Amino acid sequence: MTQTSVSSVYLASTEGGAGMHSVAASGVFSATWLVIGLPLLGAAVLLLGGRRTNRFGHWLGTLFALGSFAVAAALFAAMLGESGADRSIDQHLWNWVAVGDFQAEIGLHLDQLSMVFVLLITGVGSLIHIYSIGYMEHDENRRRFFAYLNLFLASMLLLVLANNYLLLYVGWEGVGLASYLLIGFWQHKPSAATAAKKAFIMNRVGDFGLAVAIFLMFTAFGTFSFDEVLGGSAAASDGTMTAIGLMLLLAACGKSAQFPLQAWLGDAMEGPTPVSALIHAATMVTAGVYLITRSAEIFNASPDAQLVVTIVGAITVLFGAIVGCAKDDIKKALAASTMSQIGYMILAAGLGPIGYAFAIMHLVTHGFFKAGLFLGAGSVMHGMNDEVDMRRYGGLRKYMPVTFVTFGLGYLAIIGFPLLSGFFSKDKIIEAAFAKGGTTGYVLGSVTLVAAALTAYYMTRVMLMTFFGRERWKEAPVGAPADWHEPHPHESPVSMTLPMIVLAFGSVFAGGLFVLNDAFVNWLTPVTGFSHGELPFSVWVVTGMATAMVALGVAVAYVQYARREVPAVAPQGSLVTVAARKDLYQDSINEGLVMRPGQYLTRLLVWLDGRGIDGFVGGLAAFIGGTSSRVRKVQTGFVRSYALSMFGGTAVVVAATLMARMA
Amino acid sequence: MNPANYLFLSALLFTIGAAGVLLRRNAIVVFMCVELMLNATNLAFVTFARMHGNYDGQIIAFFTMVVAAAEVVVGLSIIIAIFRSRRTASVDDANLMKW
Repeated sequence: MTQTSVSSVYLASTEGGAGMHSVAASGVFSATWLVIGLPLLGAAVLLLGGRRTNRFGHWLGTLFALGSFAVAAALFAAMLGESGADRSIDQHLWNWVAVGDFQAEIGLHLDQLSMVFVLLITGVGSLIHIYSIGYMEHDENRRRFFAYLNLFLASMLLLVLANNYLLLYVGWEGVGLASYLLIGFWQHKPSAATAAKKAFIMNRVGDFGLAVAIFLMFTAFGTFSFDEVLGGSAAASDGTMTAIGLMLLLAACGKSAQFPLQAWLGDAMEGPTPVSALIHAATMVTAGVYLITRSAEIFNASPDAQLVVTIVGAITVLFGAIVGCAKDDIKKALAASTMSQIGYMILAAGLGPIGYAFAIMHLVTHGFFKAGLFLGAGSVMHGMNDEVDMRRYGGLRKYMPVTFVTFGLGYLAIIGFPLLSGFFSKDKIIEAAFAKGGTTGYVLGSVTLVAAALTAYYMTRVMLMTFFGRERWKEAPVGAPADWHEPHPHESPVSMTLPMIVLAFGSVFAGGLFVLNDAFVNWLTPVTGFSHGELPFSVWVVTGMATAMVALGVAVAYVQYARREVPAVAPQGSLVTVAARKDLYQDSINEGLVMRPGQYLTRLLVWLDGRGIDGFVGGLAAFIGGTSSRVRKVQTGFVRSYALSMFGGTAVVVAATLMARMA
Repeated sequence: MNPANYLFLSALLFTIGAAGVLLRRNAIVVFMCVELMLNATNLAFVTFARMHGNYDGQIIAFFTMVVAAAEVVVGLSIIIAIFRSRRTASVDDANLMKW
């Protein structure tokens, strides 16, 4: 099997990596800007064109996404023709701000890492555009939806193609904005509007980290460009590198819903399902992994920061998996799973050169199968009157065969069924975790193994509750409204099933293609570097353990949800279940630790401002006002009293003059 | 004759004028009292010129007369305007310009 070739020959060496060498864009590569430009143009036309574009807006949006994908494919083909060293291309577009030493450039950097992302974003993005044509058919704001999707594509592509951190920040904020607009797309629902705000505000905490990291970089290196910051990272002090690394990690936590900034992702499922698939599963939430991998040299220079990254990843892997086991809402279960899978990637990225390539590999395979799973969930909801409670599903495989098969393949891929995508990519991360060595390696390896079992458990649960068992949707729910009528599950139109089929192919074959001849690792090595760790035992032991854990998880879920009847109303459940249903009390903790103290602080400040500062200023004004309103009574309007005061004044002046003379 | 006597007369006239301004209500009388004060100062100026043996005081007295003449024109026209609109010449009745 191909995987032996990577992991069994764990040499202690680092290849590639630091010291970027780029060539200026020419030939096909001078069209790199088009990848961003096309969706940006689409967003502009659809947003500025307004209602006039309603009739063809969805086709236009899809066309621009496909055009962007076509350019990306051409770039990829051209890149394959270049030798390894010439695959790193810089395209300078224009100077953004040039003030003395402060130089901000609008420039693009296309290398093997950004190429992977560009293909994933435009590819999955195009598929989801096509899917949305069917999914949003009856929505009167479909044109606006496609405008936002195009805006998201442009921002995300800018994020991965920027050649400096400042421009990356622009894309970073752009995807945050698009995410906000799309989560709150149905803003007439208060829950959606609140979820959008929650996502935006929690992301701001992370964005603050990125801003500080960029400030630190500018202080330390006097530049924002990847070349110079990453090239100079070896020379900078450890403290600076650790600070920058931790701030970048904070940014990654916000965008990628990692502990402790994970709470927004579950609520983000209020957005339309294609949005959940594209933004909150396949692409935007993986931006944190991109940021860490792109800044590899910074993290390599700071083992402390790396350790924190792995800890955050390990906590989130388990956190997401535990929450996923208890959710009855199909989209929230998948969201928890996304959080957990990104935890895997962050953990792998924290391992350093042992893990970067595998983090990105899992990112891509995850992009396929999780987007496919979300689209499947959307297809199920489409046929079930937008019901999301899996306890109201059951036995749907007969009614939606295409959805069942594609969702099933995605399910097999995510749990790591042998030879499917997730099997290869997740296995590599588990191996890399053990290969970290020492106690850390064992702890991280065990965490990833336990999470693999949990993943198998909650995904089997989703699968069984949705497609197998009694058809619970035929019975009226408790407290059903008077106009309740039985849903009529049906297969979705071709525009929706086609993307699901394509993604299912990706879920099945991508992993195998990537590990064939170590293609993926070799592709990324010039950018991220690669080092073989020291695996404490044979690679087959790891594969065996991982597969056993998966089998265990599937078996437990089978006993619980296939052998036994699934109640249509959630039972009370144990303490752990209740906690997991409430996302392990993440909202209560955030409220208690951050929100309430923040409220008290604002109240205190308002009080201080009102009583202290305003009190002083207001008191002074009141004193002056009061005094003058008394003094003005002197202005009687009687001319003789004025004459008297003039006379008195003169007398005083004369008396004073005489006194001065005599003294 | 001792020039100081002129100064005493000047002080007396000034005091009478000032008392008239402060105590009388009729605008015409107040006005005449102001003239009395002006002329009292003129007398003092001329006396000082005599005492110091130069013409400075006399020149200032001429200035005062010119200013007084101009002031009479303006003042009398104001008084007449007030009298026309209010049918009174009492300065206490024109008291609207206050706080």
